[in-house]
Amino acid sequence: MFSSPTIEYTLHLADNALILGHRNSEWTGHGPILEQDIALSNIALDLIGQARNFYQLAARLINEDRGPGARRAEAGEEGGVTEDDLAYLRDGWDFRNCLLVEQPNGDWGTTILRQFFFSAYQYYFYGELQKSREAGIAAIAEKSLKEVTYHLRWSGEWVIRLGDGTEESADRMKNAMDQLWQYTGELFEPAEYEQTLAAEGIAVDVREIRPMWDQRVREVLTAAQLNKGAGDWMQTGGKLGKHTEYLGYLLTEMQFLQRAYPGCEW
Amino acid sequence: MIEKETGSSASWPLWEIFIRSKQGLDHKHVGSLHAADAAMAIENARDAYTRRMEGVSIWVVESKYLHASNPDEAASLYDPANDKVYRHPTFYDLPDELKHM
Amino acid sequence: MATADIEKNFQDKIDQDIRIEPKDWMPEAYRRTLVRQMSQHAHSEIVGMLPEANWITRAPSLRRKATLIAKVQDEAGHGLYLYAAAETLGVSRDEMIDQLHSGKAKYSSIFNYPTLTWADMGAIGWLVDGAAIMNQVPLCRASFGPYARAMVRICKEESFHQRQGFEILLVLSRGSAEQRRMCQDAIDRWWWPSVMMFGPNDDASPHTAQSMQWKIKRFTNDELRQRFIDICAGQVKLLGMTLPDDRLAWNEQRGHYDFGPIDWEEFRNVINGNGPCNKQRLEARVKAHVEGAWVREAAVAHARKNSDLNKEEAA
Repeated sequence: MFSSPTIEYTLHLADNALILGHRNSEWTGHGPILEQDIALSNIALDLIGQARNFYQLAARLINEDRGPGARRAEAGEEGGVTEDDLAYLRDGWDFRNCLLVEQPNGDWGTTILRQFFFSAYQYYFYGELQKSREAGIAAIAEKSLKEVTYHLRWSGEWVIRLGDGTEESADRMKNAMDQLWQYTGELFEPAEYEQTLAAEGIAVDVREIRPMWDQRVREVLTAAQLNKGAGDWMQTGGKLGKHTEYLGYLLTEMQFLQRAYPGCEW
Repeated sequence: MIEKETGSSASWPLWEIFIRSKQGLDHKHVGSLHAADAAMAIENARDAYTRRMEGVSIWVVESKYLHASNPDEAASLYDPANDKVYRHPTFYDLPDELKHM
Repeated sequence: MATADIEKNFQDKIDQDIRIEPKDWMPEAYRRTLVRQMSQHAHSEIVGMLPEANWITRAPSLRRKATLIAKVQDEAGHGLYLYAAAETLGVSRDEMIDQLHSGKAKYSSIFNYPTLTWADMGAIGWLVDGAAIMNQVPLCRASFGPYARAMVRICKEESFHQRQGFEILLVLSRGSAEQRRMCQDAIDRWWWPSVMMFGPNDDASPHTAQSMQWKIKRFTNDELRQRFIDICAGQVKLLGMTLPDDRLAWNEQRGHYDFGPIDWEEFRNVINGNGPCNKQRLEARVKAHVEGAWVREAAVAHARKNSDLNKEEAA
């Protein structure tokens, strides 16, 4: 499956965006107020758009890289891999998203906090990634940065509203923090393929963006009158395909039709 | 049947939304929406009213601060166009060759 | 000015296609009818999100996933425009939502049917949105300004909804045996409810005459229904599928398709709460609202704190 670190890395980027986009889309029709239903659906659409860009790039890289003697295949051709093959036909152990994005939505506060943590990460991450030596990756990062800037602003404001709102909302945000904090560390722990590629100027060295993320998070949490999570222990493994129990259920739902009716056009 | 009170304590005020598109000259009134504060109103407006546009300017005003003229006074507020027909471009007879006017 | 004169002026404006705006004088019955019509339309958009949102997480390709989310999100936006238009007449969104949740206000009965397969996404786009568009385009010239303007905005956005639905069915109709069966099955289940979307026959519609005079309805139920059936009868052939009506036949004399009898019993039952999904639809909306109360309260509390802070700073 992962014939090169670049392909694995591109799938990691795609999977992050797809899984979080999928989670956000679960709110469509059920949001706390109409205007926010629309807002979160927009974010879901942006993320799925990013995912598609990365999957299409990965498909192209895979098809070009079919090994010595293999016929160069285009997506959709016999033997060519497509964005949908990558999204719908891999099992959990081949997904490379970090654990944070597969966590269940919980209440609105949990969803908001998850979005904030991830958008702050994406903001600094894409800021660096647009310098990638892999032109395809750089282009997607540059395109996505505008959207992510908005996601960060939107989710940060909501963290503040809910953290510094009512007693109930503050309690719920504390619960959300207790749930999610342990998943934030993985964002800044480079997997081996990230380290290899960072040295080549293709991937972001996530350790370097950590201080910026820390500062932004600190600012917002202070305004929100929230403490960051207690304890230093961080869950990890998503970037290597070792996921939480949630991903299996998520993929079951997402992939059902393609699995039940294999080989069909939709 | 509804347990929780959903009344005015949780009500978000109504805001009127004005948008100027990238190529536009003026802000146009596009509708209204509910938001708890101005920042949210602008973001909601962006999400609800500009999904198919780029590079817009958004104005939001809480509806209660929007004052409108009385339609019954429409007659006296606006010059009856008939009397001052020279204000209309069609009044002037210009040669066809004249362009961009 | 005598009331009779004011009413005559009002009707004259309508007859001349001059828009009525929120602060203009209007008969109380006109205002009431409009509030009911616009809020019901808004409720339909919101409740209508649910049968389709049902399939978002199971959309079978990334492109379908994205376009389905966009479509359902558009419907939220349409609800927003319509609630906003209704609010110009002095009713609040909270009041309207309470009426929906308590069962006092109605919404389009079509959304009380279940979405059982992916093909339902296609059938809804083609038939349900098709019927809605047929209703909505004439309303772009409705007499009440905010309503007409909301409808213009809505119609512009609807254009891709129906095409998306038809395309879904087209792809299925050219697919595997199971996909073709899925396609026909969805059409079989959604056809008659869509036909019923246009409401009771004209002779059973007492309000139609007044609504037409006030130009908040531009064509009668039967007129729109006939047009819809004529168009769909042609389009279904492109799919290689059939409509579940063995009385459907082109009538050369009339220049229209003849069609079979509508089961008004079913229609009445579904309207009165006995449809397959009435309870679930309403429960989902009430749940979202109740569970979201703390969010709305928090936002208000925070805004108040901020404005108090600003007042202190200004002082």
